[in-house]
Amino acid sequence: MMTLDQVAPGVAVVVETVGGARAFRRRIMELGIIPGTRVEVLRVAPFGDPMELSARGCNLSIRAAEAREVRVVGAVAEQAVRLGTLTPGLAKSAP
Amino acid sequence: MSESASGSVELTGPSHPAAHGPGATAAARQPTMLLVGNPNVGKTSLFNRLARRNERVGNYPGVTVERRSADMPLPSGRKVSVSDVPGCYSLSSRSSEEQIALQAILGWAGNPRPDLVIVVVDAGQLVRNLYLALQIIELRVPVAIALNMVDEAGDRAPSAGALEGLLGVRVVPTNARTGAGIAELAAAVEAELATPSRPRVHVSYAPDLLRDVDRVAAALPDEWKGNVERERALALWALSSLEPDDELTGIAASLRERATEVFAAASDRDIDREIIEGRYQYLEARLGELPARSSDARGARGPSRTERIDRVLLHPAYGFVFFVAIMLLVFQSLFAWADPAMSLVEGAFAAVHSALEGGLPEGFVRDLVTFGVIDGVGNVVVFLPQILLLFLFIGLLEDSGYMARVAYLMDRALRSVGLHGRAFVPMMSGYACAVPAIMATRTMERRRDRLLTMLVVPLMSCSARLPVYTLIIGALFPPSSVFGFVPVQGLLMVAMYLFSTIIALVAAAVLGRTLVKGRSVPLILELPPYRWPSVGSVLTMMWLRARAFLSEAGSVILAFTVLMWLLLSYPKVDPPPQLETSAGAPAASVSVAPNEAAIEATASFGAYQLERSFGGQLGKALEPVIEPLGFDWKIGVGIVGAFAAREVFVSTMGLVYGLGDIGDDDAPLRERMRAEMHADGKPVYTPLVGLSLMVFFALACQCMSTLAVVKRETRSWRWPLFMFAYMTSLAWVTSFVIFQTGSALGF
Repeated sequence: MMTLDQVAPGVAVVVETVGGARAFRRRIMELGIIPGTRVEVLRVAPFGDPMELSARGCNLSIRAAEAREVRVVGAVAEQAVRLGTLTPGLAKSAP
Repeated sequence: MSESASGSVELTGPSHPAAHGPGATAAARQPTMLLVGNPNVGKTSLFNRLARRNERVGNYPGVTVERRSADMPLPSGRKVSVSDVPGCYSLSSRSSEEQIALQAILGWAGNPRPDLVIVVVDAGQLVRNLYLALQIIELRVPVAIALNMVDEAGDRAPSAGALEGLLGVRVVPTNARTGAGIAELAAAVEAELATPSRPRVHVSYAPDLLRDVDRVAAALPDEWKGNVERERALALWALSSLEPDDELTGIAASLRERATEVFAAASDRDIDREIIEGRYQYLEARLGELPARSSDARGARGPSRTERIDRVLLHPAYGFVFFVAIMLLVFQSLFAWADPAMSLVEGAFAAVHSALEGGLPEGFVRDLVTFGVIDGVGNVVVFLPQILLLFLFIGLLEDSGYMARVAYLMDRALRSVGLHGRAFVPMMSGYACAVPAIMATRTMERRRDRLLTMLVVPLMSCSARLPVYTLIIGALFPPSSVFGFVPVQGLLMVAMYLFSTIIALVAAAVLGRTLVKGRSVPLILELPPYRWPSVGSVLTMMWLRARAFLSEAGSVILAFTVLMWLLLSYPKVDPPPQLETSAGAPAASVSVAPNEAAIEATASFGAYQLERSFGGQLGKALEPVIEPLGFDWKIGVGIVGAFAAREVFVSTMGLVYGLGDIGDDDAPLRERMRAEMHADGKPVYTPLVGLSLMVFFALACQCMSTLAVVKRETRSWRWPLFMFAYMTSLAWVTSFVIFQTGSALGF
């Protein structure tokens, strides 16, 4: 099982479940990050927190504490795929 | 400024749909319209385009959230009143600020009931933006859509006609930046008011969820009842918003109870997800019917322009350098560039002051006009350069999208003391002046974040403290160096800035965990695409802020100035006999030329008068309180005078010591301070007293303008009074500890 905070920058994943406090999960789901949504981690802020995501063509930032509550699957090293150095089947993915 | 109430007149509960104001029939009433939309979709720019006449700025009832309204002419010449609703992603809410959108849309809680809601939609973020539109349509409120930013969305933008056919509401493509589509939007508004469209939108929620919704709907208070669709929509809202500890107002206890109970009973399901997913799935399915658009995925065309910029601006190294550079620029402008304009304002008011002083007959009225009103207005206007400059930068930062990045970059650091990432700009501006900095707290949405920032910003060492530190350090500390190269005086100055910053952060941590405790809110920050700032929007914001400051904080500052003048000039006393003789007759010591003697006598009389004024008496009365800090009553008078503005301490001390108006040169005052002795022959000013005094100035709330602006921003005297009390107590205790410990150690 992998959570969003463990995803490396440049890697795209698919949301499996959204957990955490009701205020957080309701808000993030209302922004369209619901189970099944593809999310890419873009980068992490200088102090290691928060992280920047891209989902549905929009960039969002959430804190690591909350990212820990979002379970994700099917990690694909998106950039590597794009560059042609890695095929999706070989990409790093959740066990 | 208060909003003229049209339509619904109830102040607390929601109004019945039929309850328009008595006598205000629909035909005679000017139609009202709202602009609603997600943040960063160009809603405010669109408002500026539509709002042509009679702009009014007020507040939403019960909260300090600005409400801008204006008249918009329709093609027929009829006018509608249009109001800007704060940006939101959804109607579901937990706080009274988030509740505004729903209340405004339904015409509850003292808001006029809108005849039409225009949902501004970012054409490039269609699904997420229509999520909000969908909720409003579900409430059976008349809706039209302004499809904005079509140019930016490029081939991702749907055709307005297709979207219109899909949703059954009028859709007008607009470009708030260029003004394209504004006339068409006005025409659509006119058409919609004449013949309302019939939305074709129906989300099929799961049967379990519908049963829950109907149970909640049964508990709706009578005045919320209407047709079945509206009731279901309200029940959905209640299910996703109400909780035992929400911060919403005007909610019937029975409804909150029912919603909580139904939510808890379905703990094996996930009601929030059912509602949200239901809507997203519906929207995606319907939008899938549209003629094929290119996909939202950015990967297909490589990184976007925004992403390429962010790779530099949010880079761990260059990004940080850029951040520091931008912030230094803002700071430098407030600290240095505002200065010439401020001097100009001061010069102009000084000129008017002396012109009137020469022109009017001597007496109370002349002094009231010059020292009270003219100086008071000058004290207000002098803040304008800094306010305008700060809001110029804030406008540019907000409009370009960089402000959200500031919050992103600073979140980790500021969160540790309970501040919002957006508190960085106000906190930094506090080094220049607390007045514009407090106004800048408006960039934060939550009242709690704004309040906490406002309460600690005045602890940041502002530029008005600089002349005080300079005077004290120059007078009492040697120009020598420690370790051979670090100058003592410079070191002390840096120490004062560090000290003020640390105390401000500690105060934020303490206040944030006690008095302004708020539920911790998850940070979900949208980082909008970079866009060129719109000059019009930035100028409008600068103007609105300046106007609000002048009209609301200005009157309080003016009143305080008159009060301070009365305190320090009255009661008037006759010159004592010895002064009169020394001024009249040639003095015994012939070394003093007659006119110099006269000046000296005037200055001595000034000191004599000041000592006997209310302010002087207050300073004397304060002596027992400030003696344990190492201050005598003369310093007390200086502290009283400094309430007008901290730097006034320097000139007041000049007056107290009979040096007259010392102007910019404080060298004689430094001499005089070093020479000042207690009755027992010990010096009044030791380095320890100087330190105690500087710490007192760093912490005490000695600024009437700050209090006036906090009053304006919080709409009550409670918080400015609290601020005065807590800062001044903190100052007293800290100075007490420093002076007493230092004395005990023999300094």
